[in-house]
Order: sequence, then structure tokens, then C-alpha cells
Amino acid sequence: MMSAQKVVVPLSAVLALVLLACVGYVFAPLHYFMLVILPYLCGVIFIAGFIYRIIRWAQSPVPFNIPTVCGQEESLHWIRQDKQGSPSNYLQLTWRMLLEIFFFRSLFRNSKTEQAGQGRLVYGGNQWLWLGSLAFHWSLFVIIFRHLRFFTEPVPALVIWLTELDGILQLAIPTLFITDFVILAALTYLFIRRVAFAQARFISLPSDYLALFLILGVALSGVLMRSIFRVDLVAVKDLALSIITFRPSLNLSGSVGLPFFIHLLLVCCLLAYFPFSKMMHAPGVFFSPTRNMLNDSRRKRHVNPWDRPVRVHTYAEYEDEFRVQMKKAGLPLEIDEAGNK
Amino acid sequence: MYDKGKVILGLAIFLCLASFPAWYIVLTGKGDYRPAPVLATSENQCVESKQYMREYHMQLLNQWRDDAVRNGRAIYTATDNRTYDINLTGTCLNCHSNKAEFCDSCHNYQGVAPNCWDCHNVPVMGK
Amino acid sequence: MAEKKLSSEDIAGVKLNPAEKDWMDPSVEFKKGSYVYAAPLKDQQALKLPNPRQWNPLDDDWKLPEDWKPIVLDGMKDKLGKFRSWKLFLDICVRCGACADKCHYFIGSGDPKNMPVMRAELLRSVYRKYFTVGGRTLGKLAGARELDEKVIKEWYYYFYQCSECRRCSVFCPYGIDTCEITMMGRELLNMVGCTNEWVVSPVSNCFRTGNHLGIPPHAMKQSLESAADDILSLTGIQIDVPINKKGAEILFVTPSGDYFASPAWYTLVGYLMLFHEIGLDYTFSTYASEGGNFGLFHSAEMLKSLNNKIFSEAKRLGVKWILGGECGHMWRVIHQYMDTLNGPPDFLEQPVSPVTGTRFDNAVKTKMVHICEFTADLIHNNKLKLDKSRNDKWKVTFHDSCNPARSMGMLEEPRYIINNSCNYFYEMPENTIRERTFCCGSGAGLGSDENMEMRLRGGYPRANAVKYVQEKHGVNVLACICAIDKASFPPLLEYWVPGVETAGVHELLANALVMTGEKPRETDLRGEPLVDDNVQQGGTTGV
Repeated sequence: MMSAQKVVVPLSAVLALVLLACVGYVFAPLHYFMLVILPYLCGVIFIAGFIYRIIRWAQSPVPFNIPTVCGQEESLHWIRQDKQGSPSNYLQLTWRMLLEIFFFRSLFRNSKTEQAGQGRLVYGGNQWLWLGSLAFHWSLFVIIFRHLRFFTEPVPALVIWLTELDGILQLAIPTLFITDFVILAALTYLFIRRVAFAQARFISLPSDYLALFLILGVALSGVLMRSIFRVDLVAVKDLALSIITFRPSLNLSGSVGLPFFIHLLLVCCLLAYFPFSKMMHAPGVFFSPTRNMLNDSRRKRHVNPWDRPVRVHTYAEYEDEFRVQMKKAGLPLEIDEAGNK
Repeated sequence: MYDKGKVILGLAIFLCLASFPAWYIVLTGKGDYRPAPVLATSENQCVESKQYMREYHMQLLNQWRDDAVRNGRAIYTATDNRTYDINLTGTCLNCHSNKAEFCDSCHNYQGVAPNCWDCHNVPVMGK
Repeated sequence: MAEKKLSSEDIAGVKLNPAEKDWMDPSVEFKKGSYVYAAPLKDQQALKLPNPRQWNPLDDDWKLPEDWKPIVLDGMKDKLGKFRSWKLFLDICVRCGACADKCHYFIGSGDPKNMPVMRAELLRSVYRKYFTVGGRTLGKLAGARELDEKVIKEWYYYFYQCSECRRCSVFCPYGIDTCEITMMGRELLNMVGCTNEWVVSPVSNCFRTGNHLGIPPHAMKQSLESAADDILSLTGIQIDVPINKKGAEILFVTPSGDYFASPAWYTLVGYLMLFHEIGLDYTFSTYASEGGNFGLFHSAEMLKSLNNKIFSEAKRLGVKWILGGECGHMWRVIHQYMDTLNGPPDFLEQPVSPVTGTRFDNAVKTKMVHICEFTADLIHNNKLKLDKSRNDKWKVTFHDSCNPARSMGMLEEPRYIINNSCNYFYEMPENTIRERTFCCGSGAGLGSDENMEMRLRGGYPRANAVKYVQEKHGVNVLACICAIDKASFPPLLEYWVPGVETAGVHELLANALVMTGEKPRETDLRGEPLVDDNVQQGGTTGV
């Protein structure tokens, strides 16, 4: 499959979803399905699928203690241990995991290997991927958090505070959010690097582009809905509250527009796709044995639950084979040639 | 299942977070709350349609400000060709005179705090 | 080796930006110099491996068993249930590509399927096809591939172009470890009888004779005695080498390369001098005469089988604890696997240095200590008299072997020993040492002569860093703590960085070690003059 195809197919899929949302908007009888049934359905798929996948992982044991050690182990007391790269207790491990999860510590190490001519390899710093990913994930988090204002009543002060902070630039009315801009920029970068850099282009699958386009679709529809094609947000919140209180109703104080239909459908598809996609790296990173284990394997015994005896070559068998030579060489024997112990 | 304790704890945290709005709304008991902005006026239409105003009032106000302050324009021609003085106090606040019962009811519901009143005086109640 | 000599221009011309190509096509050309021969029939039989037969990777027909496909798929299912690492790593990769240019085989060959992410995709694509709904229904669109014989050949080619060095895992945001991927890939290949000679023959030797080289007990004794003779002529001191001695305090286990191969041999001589000087009550074992464990490169079962000898011999000899020599993958096994595989060794005691009284708390359960930890402790407690100037002809740099670095985190101890034994020590660039160290290119069962081109390519990034310090500081010896390093660096460095030798850390230590009652040293352990006239002297000369 060639690159163009890898990009076009998922792009078409997302565009088809947008078209589907338009159809759902135009035909009023479909509204209940689009605005009520679909969110419930996809919400259930998301939560159940998420739990299912995690339980499937948990059903496989971790037979060996295999952390990837990234620093000096705890050994002699006068040698300084790298507590984050080679944790030997749970506090240190928590620190290591927090750095991985919130700041993508490992990705920060990224470098770019290049042939610099004259037969020299150079390793340049390459933190763009780290920056792009960090910008994307943190923006996503803040945006999701901001959306709580549609799902809570009264809106918690923290949500209001973060929303105001996000809009601190006070550019345009309604205020542009920093995260809206950042997430679009980051997603654009993540897309461009996939198509522009040969290595990334080579390894990318259609599903990689699908995830990007879906999220880009959600973000773009959201930003447009806020800034240009506005919808009645009071009605949107009426709908959201009716859904989360399990008393769904389309009896809203106003009408929600087409942009909202598009936004919602894309979000629903993203949620339903999440548990069956690479996006499961989010919970997955918590499960990664090379990151979440202590480097204490000579200090503490790790048990393999499926361990079973294997064929071994015992010392007795060994001595049987080499007894004559061992005797000749003056090596001590358990049983002498006459068969005496 | 291996590492049962940790996995179940993790899943419990996930469920708590994912279902936060659902249980939060039960705790606050405001799930059925819907804002009911109060308007003391005999007019039956704002400068534009009700749905348009619900969606775009902030942008319209912004446009009015630009027109009045920067472009020196005093008259707004609505979609239905009626004209209005571009004047917050003289036009808007005639009807929307009660900030607490009108503006705030939806703004609070939406968790937004527009900066209009950073400069403009809050209209005196009960005028 | 390829007919046309691989030149540095060839490697400089390697493109790290792969051309547009559909990687899902599994066809692979077995290039001369870039693959390892198949396991010999006699070794397959000796180890009772499945589908034993004479075969050659270049053959069209690999004589796979009739039902090879269900065997592989059932094997995958079985491994998915046994290894969370594998299941998780098949599921969560986002193909960000951070690992891509971190693999020495990719850097040296430019073959895109040597990007770690691609190596994993070779398995993932099959996993998707048979184990996920999306892959089953959408096929190629979901990145899924049919399993056919070509895929098996592709796996054989690429899973034996990975040295399980774990460098990619350091850079992966989720810690995806290609070593786990390769291990499973090799296990699946084992099931249909596709294993390589360089793994299986040492394993077969080790199973029977106790060591990879197949050294029988009497030959091992001769070898150790000849080391003692070398020490006698070097120092004038007659030392005694205990073998299979019951009741010794410590069992010493080291890779078998040390008994014969140069320059590993000098490391062995170094151990013996050190042990004599501190009066250690220890013993070698002919049965547990191998610290390394090529079972690690074969399967979890083989790993356990070979590893079993160490604890069982420690028990038979009645020692208190175990000391291990300089070796890379050996220490991955001992540090991360041994207790789980064959422990707990409750018949042993917590390791305590008989010289300094230091309790090795980090080995309290496995009860095996690395010689570098042991020696660093000796030096720290001033138990050794070291004359650094005896190493003045050496401008030293240190290669962190993959496993002690990334699986143990033993980074400072060897440096401490070097710094106390040598006056001139220079680090290679930071992207190529410690947890980011590059493999020698010959680890994990790839060190055969017929695989030389791939070894030279894979070893290129390491050699290139050595070249850097050679040019900058005049470095002329690469110190390391791994027997595979000691076997693979001499040809690698000779090829890429002529003029740089390879030495074990304990060889350098023994050069500097002032022994009680020794005669003035005229030569180093290699029998070469202590002073090299070609090298500018920084301090006083030796003796």
C-alpha cells in the first residue's frame, strides 16, 4: 500500500462521517438517534471496551522482571544511584512513571542519527516530536477538562478558572483558547511529520492517519463551532445534562445546529474506536513491564506463575560422561570409577 | 488475572474519572436545573431573531462596540431592515435591564464570565 | 564476508531515509554475509528440538512441518497468554518512529525492516490478521498480513538481525522492548524448526559440557593451569587455581570465552591474580563452567535449562555465595532471570566480601555478585595496591555492554575500576554510552563468521564513536566487560578503527595490581612492554 493511499482512505472515512452527520441533521427523525442513542452507545463501547482490553492485558502474567534500566543501579552505598532511571523502591518508581506519563521522559531523550560526511555519525538533539506530542496531549487534556462546563451544574470553580486561564489572551470574542490553537498546530505537525519524513512515512499505517484525522476533525469542528459557526450552547448543555442524568430529552431550550452534529458524531466515533486502536497506549503505558518494574531483581525474588520444570543435564550425568578424564586430570569426583561414593 | 489489586484500583480510578459528570450531578442534585432568564419588557423581539441572539449575541455586541467606538457608526440595520441605535445602555439595557436575572443566569450555567462589566457599569436593579 | 570489501564509504552512503516501498511484501533476499547458517542436525537432535532436519536458509523449501501454520498461530496464542510484555507491545505501538534510527543494524544497513518498529510490525501484522477483529475484516487496510512461508523466512532473516540490545526500548515512550519481540519471534521460529547454528551449537555444547565452547573438564583445567604459568613468569608468584573444590566460600563463574579466546584470556589471568592477591577462598567449576547463556537467545525453556547448573553446582559444592565474571548477556540472565528461573537459592548465604566485610545488599536474594561490584568495593576500601602508571601506554575508553548497562544499570563500578587502574580515561560521546550505549553488533547469537557483513554494519555506530575518541584523545584501547565484546571487537575495530585494541576491565586492573612478593614487571599481561615508545608518556613509567 502506497503512502497516498494510506492517507486518502482514512481521510475519506472521516469526510464520510461528516457527510453522515449532515444527513442526520437534515432528517429530523434521525435526531434522536444522533443526539441520544449514539452518545450512549459509544459511551458504553468506550468504557466497556476500555475495561475489556485492560483485563485482557492483566490476564497475561509478567513472568520475568525486565525493567529497561536507564541509569546507575542501587549497588554499593558510595555509588550514587540514578533513582529515576533505575528505581529500587516504589517511591522512585512512582517518580519515574510520573515523568513518563506527564512529561514523556523517554521521548525527551530522542535524537536524530545522521551521516555527517567524512565517515562520521552524529546524534543531534531532536525534541520536536517530544514537544509536538506533549503540546498535543496536554492541550487535549485541558480541552477535555474545559468541556466539563457542559456536563456539570454548578460548574466547578476549577473548570472556570482553567477556562479563564486558557483564554487569558482575550483575543477576539468569544475568546480564543490557547489550547485550541496549540492542539491544531500540534496535530498539523504530527501529520506533516508522518508524510514528510521518510522514516515516519514508511512505518505509518492507515490507522495512524485515521486516529489523527478523527482527532483533527473533532478539534477543527470544535474550534469552528466556537468561533465562526456558532451553536446554541445553552441547548447543548441542556442536552448534555439530560444525557448524563439518564433522562435523555430533545426538549431543549433552543436548537443545536449542524456543526454540533458533526462535532458530536466525530467524538462518538472516536470514543467507540478508542479501545480497539493504538490509542490504548494511554492506559498501556501504565502496564509496560520495562517501565513499571523495580530494578531489584537480585534483591527480591520475582515469581513466574507458569514456571515448570525443564529438561536439565545433571551433574551426575555430566560426571558419568567425563569421569575418566576428570580422574586423569586429578579433579575430584562424586563417584569413582568403581562406582563408590 | 494477575496484579489484581493494582489493576482493579486502576480501573476504579478510570471509572470514577470517566463517570465524574454523572456522579457529580447526583451529588449536587442540579441535574434538572435549566436557566430561566427573566426579561421585563413589552417588546417581543430583540434586534435579531431569538435563536440568532442565543448563538451570536457576543459577536453582535462586539461588532456594535467596534462600529460605535472605532467606525463611528451609530445605526445598526437588522436582517429584517429595522434599524437600531448602536447603544448598549440606550438600546440593549432597555429590555435586558437585570444582569443578575438575565445575563448571569445563562453565563453561570455555561461557566463563562464575559469581561463586559469590567468597564460597563452594571445597570441599577429594579429601574 | 562479501566478495567486495565493505568500505566506510559504503556505510556513509547508507540512506537512513528509506525509499517508498510497501513493507507488507515479505519477500526477502538472504544476502551473503548477512545471515547465520541453520542449526546443524546433530545439535537439533541433541537438544530434541522440533522438526529436526538438515536445511539451509538459501533453500527454496525450508522443509517446514506439514502443519506449520497452526503450530505458529497456536504458539502465538500461547505466548500471548504467557507474556504480558509481548501482548502489550503488540497492541500499543503508535508508530511514532522515535526508535527508528536508534538501532545499530538500521544505522549500519539502512534496511528499513531493521527499524525496531518495523521489526515488531513483522509480527504485529500477523497478530492483527489472526487475533484482532479489525485485521481479520479489513486486512491490509488495518495493517494485517497473511501468514505464509515467505513471512517465516522474513522473520528468520530479521529476528536474527536483532541483538536484543534494548537500546530502542530506552527511547520508546512506552518502553516497548524489541528484545521481547525478537525473543518471541525466535520462539515461534523454533517451533517449526528454524533456528540458527550460532545459537544452537553453543547451547548444545553447554548442555552437555557445561560451557558454550564445549571445553571438557580436563581441558579447562589445563587452560587454568596455563594461566597460572603465565602469572608465574609475569610476577614470579606461583598461584593455585581451585577447581570443583567442595567447601570453598565462593563459586566463581565466568564466560567460557575467558578460558581460551584472546583478549578475554587476559581478563581471566587478571581474575586469578586478583583472587590470589586478596587470598580469596573460591573455586571454579567444570560443570558450571559457563556464565553466559545462549539459551537466552533461544527460548525461556532453554534459558532455564542451562542456567540451572549454576545454583545446582553451588549447592553441590557447598559454597556460601557466587561471584560472576565479566560478561554481558550472562548478567542479564543473572540479574533479571536467574532467581525466577531456578531460585530461590536458600542454601546460600547473603554475599559478604571476605576482604572488606561489605554486605552486598543488592544481591541479597540471588546471592550472586558481579566481579566489578566486588572489585570496586575492594578498591574503595583500600585493599588493593594499584600502580596506575603501568597502564600508561593505554589511552582507555569504556564500552558499556548492552546488558550490564540497560538491564542491570552497572555503569559506575567498571569506570571506578578503570579510573583507579589507568591514568588516561576518556569517555565516548554521551549518545553512545551508558544507557544509550551501542551494541558491538554481534550479540544474541549473531557472532558467526558467515554473518560478518551484518556484524560490521551493526558494529559501525560503536566503532564510529571509538574512532571519535581515537582522533580526539589518541585512545588506543577499548575496555569492556563482556565476552562477546571481547570476541567481536578485535575484528570490528581492526576493520573500522585500526590501532585500537580490546581489553577486559580486569586485565587493566591486573596490570596495575601490585602483588605481594612479585618481581618487577617487565611486561603487561599480554607479554608486551609496559612502555610503548610510540606513546607520549604523561606520568612516570611503570615498575
